[in-house]
Amino acid sequence: MENFTPVASTIGGIMIGLAVAGLYFFNGRILGISNITAELIKGGPGDHRRWRLVFLSGLFCGGLLLMLWQPDAIRPSPVSLGTLALAGLLVGFGASLGRGCTSGHGICGISRLSLRSISATLTFMGTGILTVYFVRHIAGGLS
Amino acid sequence: MKWLTLFLSGLLFALGLGIAGMTQPQKIIDFLDISGNWDPSLIFVMGGAVSINMLLYRLTRRRPCPLYSGRFTTPRHRKINSRLLVGAAIFGSGWGLAGYCPGPALVSAASGTVPVLVFIIAMLAGMGLFRVTLANHEDDDIDGPSMDR
Repeated sequence: MENFTPVASTIGGIMIGLAVAGLYFFNGRILGISNITAELIKGGPGDHRRWRLVFLSGLFCGGLLLMLWQPDAIRPSPVSLGTLALAGLLVGFGASLGRGCTSGHGICGISRLSLRSISATLTFMGTGILTVYFVRHIAGGLS
Repeated sequence: MKWLTLFLSGLLFALGLGIAGMTQPQKIIDFLDISGNWDPSLIFVMGGAVSINMLLYRLTRRRPCPLYSGRFTTPRHRKINSRLLVGAAIFGSGWGLAGYCPGPALVSAASGTVPVLVFIIAMLAGMGLFRVTLANHEDDDIDGPSMDR
């Protein structure tokens, strides 16, 4: 547990919660990154895409600020390019089929006490744990 | 102002992810590795985010509508069905493999490094693959009227 960061993670979590609450208060939208991204690339009328584009621009600029101010905060994944490609496919497909990811189900949905989101979150945490267990402890650290 | 609030919520969300350590995929993998060198930080991220949002969500829902929009858009789906659970299961396996979920991956794109871009392109391809295979009319109406409170 030497990498445990309870204070920074709680502060960051509160900022995430404020961003989610702000988007809902000002614009009435659920902050779910996978749906925002999928609806943006799907196309559709300008209004449908515009707010998503502005939101994601803010997200990207946040990443740029982190690079300038806390470059150590953004670190690469420890796995190979092939594994990243497979993981990306599974994440994109699974989030679309399950209609949400860590933000939409894990934060927004649980805050609304949605049984759907609680079920989804328990499920993806469960398969995430199983996947890491398999990769690290059975397949012997396959990357 | 409306556009500024949209931009700032994206910005704040990204900064929160970075400060919380969520843009370090190894931290996510260590959180999921409960039988190894477990890192419980993600519980604190979710605890902080959910507790503040649960409170503010309830206060916001007392308003007739959002400040810059005519209505609240809340998912209208209520059923726990196989699409939800199978989708979440597939999502979780990808999350565990690389330690990225969509938000942190898009924030990390600012680093301009090839590995995260490979992940993002594959993620967009996965979303596209879903649209041409399993998408149905239910998936079109994410902006439908809100039904639950």
